[in-house]
Amino acid sequence: MSTWRAQLLTDTPASRNQARLGQFYRGWLQFKRNKLAVLGLLIVLLLIVVAAFAPWIATHDPYAQDLARRLLPPGTQGHWLGTDEFGRDTYSRLVYGARITLMIVVLVAAIAAPIGLLVGTAAGYLGGWVDAVLMRLTDVFLAFPSLILALAFVAALGPGIENAIIAIALTAWPPYARIARAETITIRNSDYIAVARMQGARTARILWAYIMPLCVASLVVRVTLDMAGIILTAAGLGFLGLGAQPPMAEWGAMISAGRRYVLDQWWVATIPGIAIIVVSLAFNLLGDGLRDVLDPRKS
Amino acid sequence: MIQVRNLNVTFGQGAQAVRAVRDVNFSVAEGESFGLVGESGSGKSTALRVLAGLNPHWTGEAAVAGVSVGQRDARLPRLVQMVFQDPYASLHPRHTVDRALSEPLEIQGIGDVGPRVERALTDVGLGPAFRFRYPNQLSGGQRQRVAIARALMLEPKVLLLDEPTSALDVSVQAEILNLLRRLRRAHNLTMLLVSHNLAVIAHMCDRLAVMNRGAIVEEMDVATLRRQEPREAYTRQLLLASRGYDREVAANIITYD
Amino acid sequence: MSKPLLEVEDLRVTFPTPTGPFRAVRGVSFSLGRERLGIVGESGSGKSVTGRSVLSLLPPHARVEAKRLSFDGKDLLTASPGEMRALRGSRISLVMQDPKYSLNPVMRVGEQIAEAVRDKGAGARRRAMEMLEAVRIRDPERVFNLYPHEVSGGMGQRIMIAMMLAPEPDLLIADEPTSALDVTVQMQVLAILDDLVAKRGMGLIFISHDLDLVASFCDRVLVMYGGRVMEERHARDLRQATHPYTQGLLDSLPRIDDDRAELPTLKRDPAWLKD
Ligand SMILES: Nc1ncnc2c1ncn2[C@@H]1O[C@H](COP(=O)(O)OP(=O)(O)OP(=O)(O)O)[C@@H](O)[C@H]1O
Ligand SMILES: Nc1ncnc2c1ncn2[C@@H]1O[C@H](COP(=O)(O)OP(=O)(O)OP(=O)(O)O)[C@@H](O)[C@H]1O
Ligand SMILES: [Mg+2]
Ligand SMILES: [Mg+2]
Repeated sequence: MSTWRAQLLTDTPASRNQARLGQFYRGWLQFKRNKLAVLGLLIVLLLIVVAAFAPWIATHDPYAQDLARRLLPPGTQGHWLGTDEFGRDTYSRLVYGARITLMIVVLVAAIAAPIGLLVGTAAGYLGGWVDAVLMRLTDVFLAFPSLILALAFVAALGPGIENAIIAIALTAWPPYARIARAETITIRNSDYIAVARMQGARTARILWAYIMPLCVASLVVRVTLDMAGIILTAAGLGFLGLGAQPPMAEWGAMISAGRRYVLDQWWVATIPGIAIIVVSLAFNLLGDGLRDVLDPRKS
Repeated sequence: MIQVRNLNVTFGQGAQAVRAVRDVNFSVAEGESFGLVGESGSGKSTALRVLAGLNPHWTGEAAVAGVSVGQRDARLPRLVQMVFQDPYASLHPRHTVDRALSEPLEIQGIGDVGPRVERALTDVGLGPAFRFRYPNQLSGGQRQRVAIARALMLEPKVLLLDEPTSALDVSVQAEILNLLRRLRRAHNLTMLLVSHNLAVIAHMCDRLAVMNRGAIVEEMDVATLRRQEPREAYTRQLLLASRGYDREVAANIITYD
Repeated sequence: MSKPLLEVEDLRVTFPTPTGPFRAVRGVSFSLGRERLGIVGESGSGKSVTGRSVLSLLPPHARVEAKRLSFDGKDLLTASPGEMRALRGSRISLVMQDPKYSLNPVMRVGEQIAEAVRDKGAGARRRAMEMLEAVRIRDPERVFNLYPHEVSGGMGQRIMIAMMLAPEPDLLIADEPTSALDVTVQMQVLAILDDLVAKRGMGLIFISHDLDLVASFCDRVLVMYGGRVMEERHARDLRQATHPYTQGLLDSLPRIDDDRAELPTLKRDPAWLKD
């Protein structure tokens, strides 16, 4: 065993960071055994790389129109995946679209997960009227299908990618609040919380340092599994013309634009569709793998 | 050091109400070790949790070193701390030993964290090698040592112990009991120990109270317990039952109300 | 007692860990009739793993090998997961060590017991109530509706026992079923188990680290250390045990009538684990 591995797996780490890294490494060793999850992770990493290096990876300018070469099938005239109705290179648009997809996913997760975590843990830990008020609010949001609610928000805020993100985030947090609350309720009576209270810890500290770290695991899993849904909702909004606006290269909007040609030039709509499916599936596989590693009930 | 007068605790309301603790009185002198024994559900843990400030719904008087445990008095954390029964549930699964022991110091704004943590670990016989382990890298006995070290971080005068060894095997129990006796001497601790194991109480305590159905049945010193000469029939039955399994005894157990 | 209920020969359980395989059980053999068999030993000696491997309740990555592992003539090593589940639901029960962990924290305890009853339906609730009474819970009506965090430690353990006895199993594996009980209730719960063994012919594996209790309750005792059986004895003469490990365990118990200042702790000898 090489020394760094020994260092990570030691039973006597010498610092908090080494302990944390060690724990992380053990988790990775377990994660690694799930081949499908690793595949999911690789696809997600690929998405990130593609988004980061889009200008170098793309072969054409995604916005350059060339009406002479519209609706070309894949593999013709240097267009690997063909062109759309304005003669723009589908492959390059797909590559740039990765940026938007990733941005949507990251922003939604970064907005919705903390809101859900805060609302859920506060409701679960404080109980009483705080719980009642917060949970009724959550119920109101949960009562509508998220796409409908997002539609209403976008209709109110006006179409556009930023508003679509805000709308999706606002509709995505209630399930997270539910999860965080359920988790909090199972741990709020535990002895280590009682100990923290005896030591004089304030409620904010208990929530932040004791309860949230235990809820984060199941939230990370859930958010990862929801990524697919988020991508699809964003695509749905794009498809309805309420999300990304032309000429922006967003996968959902690309399908929407291609649907008119779906009978004769099937690839225009199908190729971005495949991209959405692959990325959604990858997030799902990743989430499954994370669940096995992070589930606090195990170990 | 510990004063409890007319303590009553009721859970629930109306027809569902349970009087978990009824009119309990006892006091424990400084440096003394006091035991609470009694059947399961007799209210021992509930009484202890009142003294720990973890149960707000009680009436009567309960004070540690003259400070009532009712108001969340800022002095209480440094006066009284508690060790729980289940070592697997009393440590936060995502906190290292180091974090668990530093928390009380950070909450109370006490500096000098590193050396104090190392000293506490040595004090409970673990040593610095254990400092950065997670609970899942510790055995039950080691976890209980960490829990004891954590309870002593704020140098409290009173240590509340809720069945500290009942989840541990006998050889580890012996180690923990030895440790508690040593710490008690070294820090002049006042201890309140809840257990249903009369032998553990006999080994650890100077005086004890026997509880049944939320009330104290009798109070005695440990010499009386050793001579097996209790006053009450309930306690005699408890003593008889703790001698090991016996068909006859089991058949003749009666419920005292 | 012609045919044993459970036969275990050379049971070995290995857990893969990042630092190499860990042999939790290393060659344990015993057979159980319709009797009370005690397994004692210090923490980590492999008692629970032994008990769980009979029921295939170990995590999937555990490797279980045995020359023989059979229940009532049925080979448990080749049984399908479905068959094992059927056995667990009806003929073999396990009372687990940590009641608080094993109970569902967001379900009323009475409902959990009712769920374990074999024939579901209207009778299940009544039967659950009977079981609560059988394990000497006062006020079963009230306790039925409590959540696990609202019951005391001892009550939690009795609720687990009630749950496991509800389907009337032929073999009960009780993993420290009474460690959180006070002595009188412990005695009554043991009497219930005793009756089931004597009258219904149930087989009982009683896992505990309370040597005095096992000595007075069981018929035979296995003393385990480091995944092996150190010795097997009639429970009656456990006190006369010659093995230094058993002796050490017995010595470390505090007793009501002695006033030793320090309790002797166990001195472990690596030679005990030599092949
Ligand atoms: N949070 C709660 N809500 C409702 N009832 C409770 C709660 N906590 C305890 N009780 C009840 O109070 C009574 C006393 O419980 P307590 O935990 O004090 O018993 P104990 O003497 O510590 O028993 P054990 O030895 O089993 O731990 C029990 O009847 C229990 O059901
Ligand atoms: N799922 C697992 N993965 C890895 N190791 C395990 C697992 N389960 C148990 N072990 C190890 O197997 C050994 C035996 O464990 P077991 O639970 O049987 O002990 P025990 O005799 O029941 O102890 P206790 O009295 O504490 O319950 C221990 O060293 C334990 O760490
Ligand atoms: Mg208790
Ligand atoms: Mg065990």
